[in-house]
Amino acid sequence: MPDKNAPAPNLILGEADGGRLADNIMHFGRVLRRAGLPVGPGKILDAINAVTTVGVTSREDFYWALHAVFVNRRDQREVFDQAFHVFWRNPNLLEKMLSVLLPSFKGDEVTQQESTLSRRVAEAMAQEQSKEGEGSESAEQEEELELDATLTFSGREVLNNKDFEKMTTQELAEARDSIKRLLLPLGKVKTRRFERHSTGPKLDMHATMRASVRRGGDMILMRRKRPRQIPPPLVILCDISGSMDRYARMLLHFMHALTNDRDRVHTFLFGTRLTNITRYLRYKDPDDAIDRVTEAVEDWSGGTRIGQTLHDFNKNWSRRVLGQGAVVLLITDGLDRDGAAGLSDEMARLHRSCRRLIWLNPLLRYDQYSPKSLGARAMMRHVDEFRPIHNLESLSQLADALKHDHGMSRQDMARWKEMAA
Amino acid sequence: MSISALPASVDDTLDMLSGGQYVADRSLSTALYLSLSLNRPLFLEGEAGVGKTEIAKVLSKQLGRRLLRLQCYEGLDVSSAVYEWNYARQMVEIRLAEAQHDRPRESLESNLFSERFLVKRPILQALEDTGEGPAILLIDELDRTDEPFEAFLLEVLSDFQVTIPELGTVRAKEPPIVIITSNRTREIHDAIKRRCFYYWVDYPDAERELEILGVKAPQVGENLSRQIVAFVQKLRNMDLFKQPGVAETIDWAHALTQLNHLALDPQTVNDTLGTLLKYQDDIARIQGSEASRLLEEVKSELNGAN
Repeated sequence: MPDKNAPAPNLILGEADGGRLADNIMHFGRVLRRAGLPVGPGKILDAINAVTTVGVTSREDFYWALHAVFVNRRDQREVFDQAFHVFWRNPNLLEKMLSVLLPSFKGDEVTQQESTLSRRVAEAMAQEQSKEGEGSESAEQEEELELDATLTFSGREVLNNKDFEKMTTQELAEARDSIKRLLLPLGKVKTRRFERHSTGPKLDMHATMRASVRRGGDMILMRRKRPRQIPPPLVILCDISGSMDRYARMLLHFMHALTNDRDRVHTFLFGTRLTNITRYLRYKDPDDAIDRVTEAVEDWSGGTRIGQTLHDFNKNWSRRVLGQGAVVLLITDGLDRDGAAGLSDEMARLHRSCRRLIWLNPLLRYDQYSPKSLGARAMMRHVDEFRPIHNLESLSQLADALKHDHGMSRQDMARWKEMAA
Repeated sequence: MSISALPASVDDTLDMLSGGQYVADRSLSTALYLSLSLNRPLFLEGEAGVGKTEIAKVLSKQLGRRLLRLQCYEGLDVSSAVYEWNYARQMVEIRLAEAQHDRPRESLESNLFSERFLVKRPILQALEDTGEGPAILLIDELDRTDEPFEAFLLEVLSDFQVTIPELGTVRAKEPPIVIITSNRTREIHDAIKRRCFYYWVDYPDAERELEILGVKAPQVGENLSRQIVAFVQKLRNMDLFKQPGVAETIDWAHALTQLNHLALDPQTVNDTLGTLLKYQDDIARIQGSEASRLLEEVKSELNGAN
């Protein structure tokens, strides 16, 4: 490529570095791809071109040249920045590059030294490194998903409510897949708006008239329309109290994917108080979004006051977010610190103001679970559906079930209600 | 109706509103004055029954302008908000064209889609120049529509023009005065709010509410008015699902005079609570002992004040 572009005065890529810079850029691109950025071969070629054009005299120019190529959305900047500083970490980069020109990163070092490093970047580095050094076994093992009953995602990391940012790309991909399948089945509702349709129930006079004029008015060809269908608004109320702690990370990713997949999703977290996190979840990058959520929420893993928080929701939010036939996903284990004070009334009101109220309870993973706690009994009377949500598997089960029968069978629901009675 | 000039200052605006029997505070007058003098829509948000729609009505009366009201609802579309073609007449026109074989076909389209067959709806009417000065366009309860209609409004609100594919762009010579109200059953997009001056219409304080009652229900005695206002203010401090608005206060005052009451007593309050509170839970909570307790408090406070 130096023959095509006029080579920068200070650098002729093929000569100056024995061809290793191009290799390194390629490796860097692969690291970014593993970290979730959309980097294809074309981008890597662009990046090499860009670096050739700008030259590598200054680290800053080098940074921004790569930035200009690899980053095309605001929320990718953080990942790029981290990856850049770790990958090209040697401050004497240029001298090194011009002399020895070895890849100047070490995956293991990285994970140990940069404790604040986003897990996605670290993982991407480690993988890239291990591919190079043929010693891929250990890395592969570490990366494997363990979906046991307690939902500790990774064997080496104890799930901690403060560590939401450390979800791996593999987990993300899995979660996104499950969630995508979950989205379809929440049936659509008719709107009062119309779209053209060849056999729709209503006559579209405007289109009919235009069509007949186009033919000179000799024939009047009927054009029809039908009501347009859209998914109803979705409101998620998620419990983040102590007893829900170990599901919190996955649930946040679940809610993040839902929020970004469709319009009209509102998300609230509750423990001892209610927090609307919809706006934070709009950040496209999940790590970024969840960072902001952790900052905004003050009552992580405390007690639960379901009655009080539902009261707040009903009073301040229900009229604003439950319009137009919303479906509510209530995610909680039903363990209430307040002894279910006022819970039944608030649940009744919530049930009356939405189209469908679905209770997702992680405790359902136990076969012997029965809704006997005060909170669970108060809530059970007012829900349309009762489903497990404790791992990615249960998410896809939920999706399948919803897709096929559009809701729970009456017998199942009646059985639960009987147990709670 | 003669057209009055727009108010020239915040004080003027305040006078104009009070002239129309609307008791406003200075913050609202300021927002309204800005919107009138800078030709930007005024976006009024607040609970139901605090007098948002009333502002547009008073403006229309005081300024002597046409009031064009667009009540929003879900699925409101261009054909009911802006324009529609008169299809029946168009059909007849086509039949006539057929009967007269000598008419060239090319002229048919321009003929059919001419202003003769256009049915104008509020927004188009508001952009029209009738020689009576700019109209007042009230877009009521915008939160009831859906996002597509909001998006459509963006063009109308920033450029005061609409495009009719068959006719071209209609642009207002003088922009209409636009008042938008919302009950906040849904958040309105920031892009709409950005084009407007925003004002949150709150419940009035006791003094202002008494003033409003004096204007809107003058037949109610001084003593009863004070009791009514004090009682309603007490209710607003309580944790109710829906607090009573000003409209409810006025309704209650009318109801009480209709029933020939000169003062509040527990029985009367219980019987007429339905005019104030519109949710069964709230009524059940206040009715009976709670109402008597509030009434006791109100009476002792009023006696203490005198």
